[in-house]
Amino acid sequence: MPAEDKKRAAYRALEDRILNGEGSASPGQRACAFGNSGLPPPLDGLVSKVATRPTLVTDADFAAARAAGSSEDELFELVICAAVGQSGRLYDAGLAALADAVAGEEAE
Amino acid sequence: MRLDVLNRGYAPGTKLLFALIRLFSRHPVPDAAKLVFYRPEYYGSRAKEFTQEAMRGPSAWSVGDRELMAAFVSQANASAFCIRAHSATAAQAYQDGPKVAAVLAGLESAPVDEGLRATLRMLGKLTRDGSVTGEDMRQVLSAGVTRQQVEDALAVCTAFNTTNRLADAFGFEVLSSDDFKAGAKYLLKRGYR
Repeated sequence: MPAEDKKRAAYRALEDRILNGEGSASPGQRACAFGNSGLPPPLDGLVSKVATRPTLVTDADFAAARAAGSSEDELFELVICAAVGQSGRLYDAGLAALADAVAGEEAE
Repeated sequence: MRLDVLNRGYAPGTKLLFALIRLFSRHPVPDAAKLVFYRPEYYGSRAKEFTQEAMRGPSAWSVGDRELMAAFVSQANASAFCIRAHSATAAQAYQDGPKVAAVLAGLESAPVDEGLRATLRMLGKLTRDGSVTGEDMRQVLSAGVTRQQVEDALAVCTAFNTTNRLADAFGFEVLSSDDFKAGAKYLLKRGYR
């Protein structure tokens, strides 16, 4: 396997495990956190910050999520899903732009 | 860290390992290292494999270049722990702290080759804006960077966009300069496994 494909394969294996493997949060909740959409408050606020403004996450975001009934292990998983999901969208955007540039060069 | 399980929820063997690391290294176990030991079957094992592949796997980029990309992406995300950790590692890998400091202070005037500069510029834009265009990529390629090097750089960018988010969401403790230097030495000797 070429080196670059091994890197992508390792990323996809991580993505698959956190979304579909055994966990405390339901696969549906994990998928919502990964996609940064469809979670109820207050989880939506925490997940949205992790995805787009992670330096603004506070103790209060975790306290609100715990008070609404989320366990520590569920929050561990949902934060990871949000972080990996956003990073994966950047990865895909970068690879798509690269494919576009290479296709343009080959067409010239 | 903001989750009690990440401070105290480790298996007895892992707690012993942390104690031994503290004893022999005389430095605290960084939160980035602790995180991958918590329920490793959920996140840590595969995250380490991906990060190791991106940072130490085969690539035309040197280890120093990739550590500099990690620091640069971390700076674009304003992720304090990761900026310190990976600027220290890049500085040791290059044996050139001033070069790393110059890149983080101002990419356009820093003493790096045009291919690396163009790549860092693209990674910064992707990280800050969430998108790049085919034209952005053409500029990187026309600076002499190969397609595979761009893919390798995107893998580094992905690994650190993930780690930056976890560092800031979970609240990794920012350590002393000596602690970060010791961590950098470890990362250069042992990698991310």
